[in-house]
Amino acid sequence: MGEIEIILPQASVEAGSTDGKLLGLIIISSLITLLVAGLVGIFAIRYRKGSKASRGRLPAWFDSDLELGWTLATGGLFVAIFAWAASQDFALAVPPQRATEVHAVGKQWMWKIEHPGGQREINELHLPVGETIDLVLNSQDVIHSFYIPAFRLKQDVVPGHTTRMRIRPTRTGTYRLFCAEYCGSEHSAMIGRVVVLSKEAYADWLSIQPEGDDLSTEGRQLFVSRGCAGCHEGSSKVRAPRLEGVFGGPVPLADGRTVTADDAYIRDSILQPKKDVVAGFAPIMPSFAGALDEGELVALTAYIRSLGRRDATATGGTP
Amino acid sequence: MSDIPFRDVDLEEDEAGPSTAEANYLEERFSLWSWLTTTDHKRIGILYLISTTFFFFIGGAAAVLIRLELFTPAGDLLTDDGYNKVFTLHGVVMVWFFLVPVIPSVLGNFLIPLMLGAKDLAFPRLNLASWYLNIIGGGFAVWAMLAGGVDTGWTFYTPYSTAFANSHVSLTAIGVFISGFSTIATGVNMIVTVHTMRPAGMGWFRMPLFVWAIYATSLIMLLSTPVLAIVLTLLITERLLGLGIFNPEYGGDPILFQHLFWFYSHPAVYIMILPGMGVVTEVITCFARRRVFGYKAMVYALLAIAVIGFFVWGHHMFTSGQSMYASLTFSFLSFIVAVPSAIKVFNWTATLYRGQITFEASMLYAMGFVGLFTMGGLTGLFLASVPVDLHMHDTYFVVAHFHYIMVGGMVSAFFAGLHFWWPKITGRMYPETAARIAAMLMFFGFNLTFFPQFILGNIGMPRRYHAYPDEFQVWHVLSSAGAVILAAAYLMPLFYLAWSLIWGRKAGRNPWRAHGLEWQTTSPPPKHNFLANPDVSGDVYAYHPRRNPRDE
Repeated sequence: MGEIEIILPQASVEAGSTDGKLLGLIIISSLITLLVAGLVGIFAIRYRKGSKASRGRLPAWFDSDLELGWTLATGGLFVAIFAWAASQDFALAVPPQRATEVHAVGKQWMWKIEHPGGQREINELHLPVGETIDLVLNSQDVIHSFYIPAFRLKQDVVPGHTTRMRIRPTRTGTYRLFCAEYCGSEHSAMIGRVVVLSKEAYADWLSIQPEGDDLSTEGRQLFVSRGCAGCHEGSSKVRAPRLEGVFGGPVPLADGRTVTADDAYIRDSILQPKKDVVAGFAPIMPSFAGALDEGELVALTAYIRSLGRRDATATGGTP
Repeated sequence: MSDIPFRDVDLEEDEAGPSTAEANYLEERFSLWSWLTTTDHKRIGILYLISTTFFFFIGGAAAVLIRLELFTPAGDLLTDDGYNKVFTLHGVVMVWFFLVPVIPSVLGNFLIPLMLGAKDLAFPRLNLASWYLNIIGGGFAVWAMLAGGVDTGWTFYTPYSTAFANSHVSLTAIGVFISGFSTIATGVNMIVTVHTMRPAGMGWFRMPLFVWAIYATSLIMLLSTPVLAIVLTLLITERLLGLGIFNPEYGGDPILFQHLFWFYSHPAVYIMILPGMGVVTEVITCFARRRVFGYKAMVYALLAIAVIGFFVWGHHMFTSGQSMYASLTFSFLSFIVAVPSAIKVFNWTATLYRGQITFEASMLYAMGFVGLFTMGGLTGLFLASVPVDLHMHDTYFVVAHFHYIMVGGMVSAFFAGLHFWWPKITGRMYPETAARIAAMLMFFGFNLTFFPQFILGNIGMPRRYHAYPDEFQVWHVLSSAGAVILAAAYLMPLFYLAWSLIWGRKAGRNPWRAHGLEWQTTSPPPKHNFLANPDVSGDVYAYHPRRNPRDE
């Protein structure tokens, strides 16, 4: 362990099927290239000037029907390849079920990782083999891209957006992590390692990490220290909505729309509070854009999410 | 003026040509001022040839620095910022000041009126203004380079370019913005010329395919370049005035930039390849002595690429977090746009069938184009497949893919056309053996440079890396070695073409026994192109008799 493997292994559920498509494409395109190059070569030799090859009347089949034939053939082939490639992706289009969430924040020029238990890493990501993990990705400055070649996956990390990347490692080992979107001077130094451990080793690894507050505890502290609690908690019910039980449910807005309180809504409400005002409240909350960094936003969102979950548990939802 | 037997399949080379009453366009006036104020489309073509050659060697020098740096895994030749500025310079200069103008504005300018039997383009003064806009834009880019460079990559992705880069982003963007007007003006000029300047008898489906290719290209130039102007204006506005358009800190959206940028830049890829397709068609038919196979299909394929090319931009954004449904739609359309490209490849191949093929340098370049364009196009299908792109996006696979199209395709086609029409442009023959050696060296050097990059991408090497892990080195060494050969091959034409201007054998009016109208006039042509009205009754691809009515 620890040594990075040079030959690119297949270390995720996607890797095998992506490589299958890749191999299929390599075979098909090699055949087409050989066909074109072969025909050009054969014609070039056979019909070089002065050769004895017959140049008589063109055979009857050599006309626009032939053209129609190869147009339809390539069209059909290309659509078939599309369908084959697309068949892999429909799983990704299904709304994700709740999986373990690991947060990653990209900034010039490092990756900051936070596990749900509060364990933190820089430029390293430890994962348990065989489990589905949702990486929740945010950027603190410019666009980065989280790329693990051994998993055949990458996802851009875009400031102002929360992007997600679902991964399920299938093989223990240590793999390269790259930033794949150009992000400035030290772009090529923004690299790290992904360490996939057996479940037992992962549990051991988690337990020996320094005790950090978990994300929602950290968020709770911010909630108080940044003054959120002054309006969103206690008796001041009139000025601002209470947040218990909000996460995951519908929120009626002042303009008549209803939105779902997901990560993006919570985040937007902190940064652009006048965008989607809850019905019955005045738009008096100030924006916290610039006052909170990405890590703090992630923590606050985690805290508000935990308020929603506690409520769900209390009413008999799944824990 | 002896009449050329235009419909004769065994057209003979007209060696000497009678002395002309009117001086040719090169000898008409000699002063520098006469060149800088000329409205003669042929002279403006020469001005563009000089400026694009200048930019090609600036961009090429940057490429040499990139390949030298990547010879070793450590970033030891350039600093990281230095490297970032060099690859940005390479991209900006090569895309906007070489690839976009090179065929439409050099060969297109020179040939479109000649091929149509016209005296000039529709708007000669606008044509000269296009050149000035292009070099003023290029001047800004060079100024930015001399003032310390720009480090955003040619794609200018926000918010890096608007809020984080400490380099000359605005200056460069202004340069590209100005050169965009040059592109638009060239597009307008070509479209109006094709619509209004064709002589009686030159119907739409009698035009050479090179004219069709420039026409299709001009449509894209006219419709897509304004979007580039808009996105660059927004970028400069955000950067200089701090307005929130793309920067999320002020409520903007970085993804909006990508949509606008690729809505221009994907069609721009077709601006950079369709003219090459036109050149190759003229060259292959001439040296195979065959009528082009499927003329009308070739026309419709050009137009189909031009139209569908506007609807595939989202395939640059599969990893951006866009909806999977959007990605699949763009993926499907990207596969569809490959079909007309495949038609063109098969039709070029079929044109060789039962020909009388000779292998002049232009033909070697054209055959190289067919092979390299095929590989570039097919590897595009890899990137159009969503799952494969999630792995390959922003790796060296993409770099290899678009260099197969841009360099293996477009640059090969430009050299094919430059050699093919060199006798017409200059009145002199270039040395054939040297040219053949250069063509073969280029093909070999190109493949050695870029084929290893497919493998690099496959094993996960990201683009725009100044330093890289050791396991990638072997492929980078091969690539850098290829680049040395390629650089030498690119220098060769500079010398032997210059040599031919003075010592080259005088070319007759039609050294290749070709069938375009441009070959009916003297080499070099007189100021007003034709001394007598050209005979447009002939078939431009009458290289073999049409025996069968279905035989196009």
